[in-house]
Amino acid sequence: MRIHPRYTQRLAVTILGGATLLTLAVLVFIIVFVLEKGLPVVNFRFLLTNAEDMGRSGGIFTTLIGTIVLPLLAIIVAAPLGISTAVYLTEYTLETKVTKIIRFGTDCLAGIPSIIFGLFGFIFFVTTLGLGWSILSGGLTLAFMILPTIIRTTEEAVKAVPKSYRQVSFSLGATRWQTVKRIILPNALPGILTGIMLGIGRSIGETAAVIFTAGSSLRLPTSIFDSTRTMAVHFYILAREGLSSENAYGTAATLIIAVLAINLTAYWMMGRFIAKRS
Amino acid sequence: MSLIGERGVRRILAVTAFSAISALLLIALFILNEGLPFIFRYGLHDFLLKSDWDPQAGKFGIYPMVAASLWVTFGAMVVGAPLGVAGAIFLSEFVPKSVMRVIKPTIELLAAIPSVVYGFIGVMVLAPLIRTQLGGPGLSLLAASIILGIMILPTVISISIDSIQAVPQSYREGSLALGATTWQTIHMVTVRAAKSGIIASIILGMGRAIGETMAVIMVAGNAVKIPHSALDSVRSLTANIALEMSYATGLHRQALFATGVILFVVIIILNSFAIVVLRKRVYKK
Amino acid sequence: MDCKFDIQDLSVYWRGNLSLKKVSLKISSSQILGIIGPAGSGKTTFLRSLDRMNELEPGFKAEGRVLLDGEDIYGAGYDAVTLRKKVGMVFALPVALPMSVYENVVYGPRLAGIRNHDRLDELVEQSLTAAFMWNEVKDRLDMSGLRLSGGQQQRLCLARVLAMEPEVILLDEPCSGLDPISTAKIEEALTELKKKYTIILVTNNTKQAARIADQTAFFLMGELIEMGVTDRIFTAPVHKQTDDYVTGRFG
Repeated sequence: MRIHPRYTQRLAVTILGGATLLTLAVLVFIIVFVLEKGLPVVNFRFLLTNAEDMGRSGGIFTTLIGTIVLPLLAIIVAAPLGISTAVYLTEYTLETKVTKIIRFGTDCLAGIPSIIFGLFGFIFFVTTLGLGWSILSGGLTLAFMILPTIIRTTEEAVKAVPKSYRQVSFSLGATRWQTVKRIILPNALPGILTGIMLGIGRSIGETAAVIFTAGSSLRLPTSIFDSTRTMAVHFYILAREGLSSENAYGTAATLIIAVLAINLTAYWMMGRFIAKRS
Repeated sequence: MSLIGERGVRRILAVTAFSAISALLLIALFILNEGLPFIFRYGLHDFLLKSDWDPQAGKFGIYPMVAASLWVTFGAMVVGAPLGVAGAIFLSEFVPKSVMRVIKPTIELLAAIPSVVYGFIGVMVLAPLIRTQLGGPGLSLLAASIILGIMILPTVISISIDSIQAVPQSYREGSLALGATTWQTIHMVTVRAAKSGIIASIILGMGRAIGETMAVIMVAGNAVKIPHSALDSVRSLTANIALEMSYATGLHRQALFATGVILFVVIIILNSFAIVVLRKRVYKK
Repeated sequence: MDCKFDIQDLSVYWRGNLSLKKVSLKISSSQILGIIGPAGSGKTTFLRSLDRMNELEPGFKAEGRVLLDGEDIYGAGYDAVTLRKKVGMVFALPVALPMSVYENVVYGPRLAGIRNHDRLDELVEQSLTAAFMWNEVKDRLDMSGLRLSGGQQQRLCLARVLAMEPEVILLDEPCSGLDPISTAKIEEALTELKKKYTIILVTNNTKQAARIADQTAFFLMGELIEMGVTDRIFTAPVHKQTDDYVTGRFG
């Protein structure tokens, strides 16, 4: 029996549309659920007081600090490396075997699971280099993790700068570096910032790689050699040990808002970037 | 600038360009260095295919975890791949461009939600539902599969959409001009042309599912045994590492790093595969 | 008249394909050399060989000698950046850089290290005046160059080259995308500028060459067919191909 194409068309649209709706519904549910349960807990007191009794009561102040400091360190290390890698790949060399290997390595690094970064950070930074469980170990591990994101987004942004700008710059007697500094980087900046924001977003949400490298101390760190606990790790511990579901929800809501805010900023910048281009 | 000079800048950039590949090699080196000696001593066969994980007794067969990881990943693909691909097709072919411009970033945003949050939802909502409706402990292979399936949706949808949109409009027009319906055009022309990108998105999603740790720890139940039903509590390779790493010493710790080696190798193979498939698509265009 | 460029047996290969075949010619200063020829005749490749812009693309190789004031610009140790400061180029499509009109004009001088504001202001006025657009933009120097019309942008490109105070100006079909009025303004500016500069103009429009070039060279399939005083090339060409091309019988 052959069904008329018009009916298969309708059937297909229904199934595809249903699947799409289900997907969106699940994803929206997750955000709404966490925010609904968590937002009532979140207030200035919650954000600005220290955790008490392992987090059963009190706020999340020190974990807030950890959540700011670790990604910051990661970005300070990864951004210059990533940006200069991308500039080198796009502006300073032609497509060769070497650049192919570098790109392949970048793609592979992007796919490594965070638990492997955690194991590596533990054995390399914490143990071999003797940095211990510290902000430094955690930040450097995260830097390794977000390096591919920054390289890829910067590469895309740099490639989007029209070729004619480069030609004009060279024809006016600019050296390559002058062209990069005066034309390429200023024009690629919004795209580069997007990559940085995405990197920060990923670091903020990371748990497995952080818990083995930065530890989980609830004390306020005084130097980068101190251990710290990020909100994601705090949330994981609260939820896993069943210490306080109320505080867990509060932490999760704060975490989601932070991640959403950072990513939305990134998209907003990207949008402005695209609008400016056309 | 004039202090370093044009050549100096080039040299500095060239050195930094090796940062990512050096990071990858450094990671490989340290993980292999910690894990490989153990695999050689214990024997790959006994390590991978024996079911006697008992670190106190010096027994390190990780087969239950291997099976759990494979099943959980398979389950995640069963949940996530069809939904993701269907969503991608619907969004790129049936939804107006303006709506799509809002929905796609929203979905990509969900990739940024911390995995612990997904895990938590699994614990609070999904596991109780499974326990009361289907029986078993609730924290199970099934729960882990569903949560991971949801987690890989953004990856699958976003990369699939990119590859569907890369199909030249003229292909579709050619098919529609021959009297095909939209759906016929989609499954006979568009999806076929975007096939390699869609496959790559599924492989990358698979990589993400195998490597996911915290969400799995929270929802899978973590019992070290070979699963016999979807409702059994299981422990994945990643969960095993994360759960025991904090107190493991000596041979036990080496065994966990050896588990890391297995994961690392599997992921690199999967990624290389996805990269090759994606590259092919670029060349074809 | 002095000989500015002395090109000897210049051959250019792109990815191993010969696209310019042993071209030899001398270019005198203080005049306009028009280069005509059909698409793919190698005129743009030739023009770009004169300020070494070709080598920015992969797969480029040049043979032969290009002497600028007696020095081989492809010789060992000759710096391409120094060369491009002496030899400016205006491209086929007008490209205003995404910055203000003022910053567009002083881009070259700033690269050359000029920081003095009075000097930069002076260069901007001089160059824009010479490009016949000072009066149009003198009150809007802070405006983004991207907001100028196509014709204005192309004159801005010319002004930008003039601000470098080059010795030679290369133009690659500068009027191909412009309307007749903008074209007339550019031609007027070039006729004025040739007193001070050596100008080499590649054009698809044979009439343009006939109007403003002092000498004209005809390229075909990567070869220089003939070169001479413009009037002679257009009225009494030696080669049949030249005759066919300038009279429009080429096909």
